[in-house]
Amino acid sequence: MAKLARSPWVVHYNCNSCNGCDIEFLACLTPMYDAERFGVLHVGNPKHADVLVVTGSVNHRNARVLRNVYDQMPDPKVVVALGVCTSSGGIFAGCYNVFGGVEKVLPVDVFVPGCPPRPEAILDGIVKAAARLGAKIRGETPPPVEKPKAAFQPAAVPEEKK
Amino acid sequence: MARKSVIPFGPQHPVLPEPLHLRLVLEDERVVEALPSIGYIHRGLEKLAEQKDYIQDAFLVERTCGICSFIHALTYCQGIEALLKLEVPPRARYLRTVWSEMHRVHSHLLWLGLLADAFGFENLFMQAWRAREEVVDLMEVTAGARIMLGMCCVGGVRRDLTDEQLAAVLKSMDKLNRQFDDLIPVILKDYSVQQRLRGVGRISRETAYERGAVGPVARASGVARDFRETGYAAYGELGFVPVVETEGDCYARMEVRLAELYQCLHLVRAAVRKMPSGPISVTPKGNPDGEYVSRTEQPRGEVVYYLKGNGGKNLDRLRIRTPTFANIAPLLAMLPGCELADVPVIVLSIDPCISCTER
Repeated sequence: MAKLARSPWVVHYNCNSCNGCDIEFLACLTPMYDAERFGVLHVGNPKHADVLVVTGSVNHRNARVLRNVYDQMPDPKVVVALGVCTSSGGIFAGCYNVFGGVEKVLPVDVFVPGCPPRPEAILDGIVKAAARLGAKIRGETPPPVEKPKAAFQPAAVPEEKK
Repeated sequence: MARKSVIPFGPQHPVLPEPLHLRLVLEDERVVEALPSIGYIHRGLEKLAEQKDYIQDAFLVERTCGICSFIHALTYCQGIEALLKLEVPPRARYLRTVWSEMHRVHSHLLWLGLLADAFGFENLFMQAWRAREEVVDLMEVTAGARIMLGMCCVGGVRRDLTDEQLAAVLKSMDKLNRQFDDLIPVILKDYSVQQRLRGVGRISRETAYERGAVGPVARASGVARDFRETGYAAYGELGFVPVVETEGDCYARMEVRLAELYQCLHLVRAAVRKMPSGPISVTPKGNPDGEYVSRTEQPRGEVVYYLKGNGGKNLDRLRIRTPTFANIAPLLAMLPGCELADVPVIVLSIDPCISCTER
């Protein structure tokens, strides 16, 4: 079982993302960045995956789908949240259809900041997640994660719009 | 008669990086009807754009879609400039063209990789994405970011390119040209690629026209419609002729996009060689007032922005009609009659961008 952490299989779900994070995540799998050297394999079936990579914030319609994907993954499992949208809603914070970050639906293990994050940062996030997965396999409780500080304040609604 | 069954396609599906949900009604293995259902990535961007001012909106609309982000900002800025009656300096128009075409190259290569992945050609997926890294690197060299450039602003562009950078762009174009020469003839002649794509998802010229297809989907069916022909930004001065095919199947759509890859390189080279000197932006004065419909050609087709200003710094209304939205109706005409195994290929052949569509 301890070897599992050396080859984390990844399933990816796009929640509310603009695609920027998704294409950077896919770029990680290709020859330039080559996530496979860490044993990372991108799978389509959540039942085969150890790591859930989420991009984008949560809205009314996809919260249930995200929860379904997560619930189908076998334990132990970790969640990597890519991009600033997953922690606060990012540039879309304040949209009527955006709940906020992914942590409202799932326990997140690693937040990768950036809009979109660079592939190096994504790889770093997945490697960190693999370490936490290893800890979970050994029965330890990994330390709680620090959420990246959101510096974003929604723009004030102008007087004439109120 | 065979029993009908309904199979859900998506929202979480291995070939799609994005959640598109189709309910496929099948008779045995054959699709008789496809019912789309969207809303999984609806954010409410158009409403948010009314709360931010028109300068900030340029960076917000860039996040409509991460793949053709620069062209979204370009369309928006051209609309606002028309409302403000701003004359954009020629150098800015040329730089915008260069970045637009770089985005088109990266988008088409990305699409080629995903299509290859959809029919199980893993090797081609990797090859296409390796070539794509070249152009993504080039965007980083010229704009400082890989995907979200943030370079287009109301009145021009935010960063100038030095002569060395322009030379680097030309050098990269040669390198990409060599990579395409290695890759593209092999793809077009490959037996398995032809078996999976020829005659699949065919729509006639009339259907494409009636259903309002745009971009490569329309051009692959013989509708020679490309908004770059109208000569926005610097396209009018670069000798642009749209690529057209007549077969209307998945293979023709691939042919159009592959030919456009070469065309993009040609346009970037022409724009760099003709690059005028001078300022790169003008400061916008006043606030947008009135209505304007701004249209440009994205990698997936024509995008339409409707802008309505009220003389204040916030817009009254911003409406975006994206190319994938227009191409969903032709997609629903392609699907009935195909095999279930061909559905991912046909869906990808319109190059769906769901986050654009739902905003």
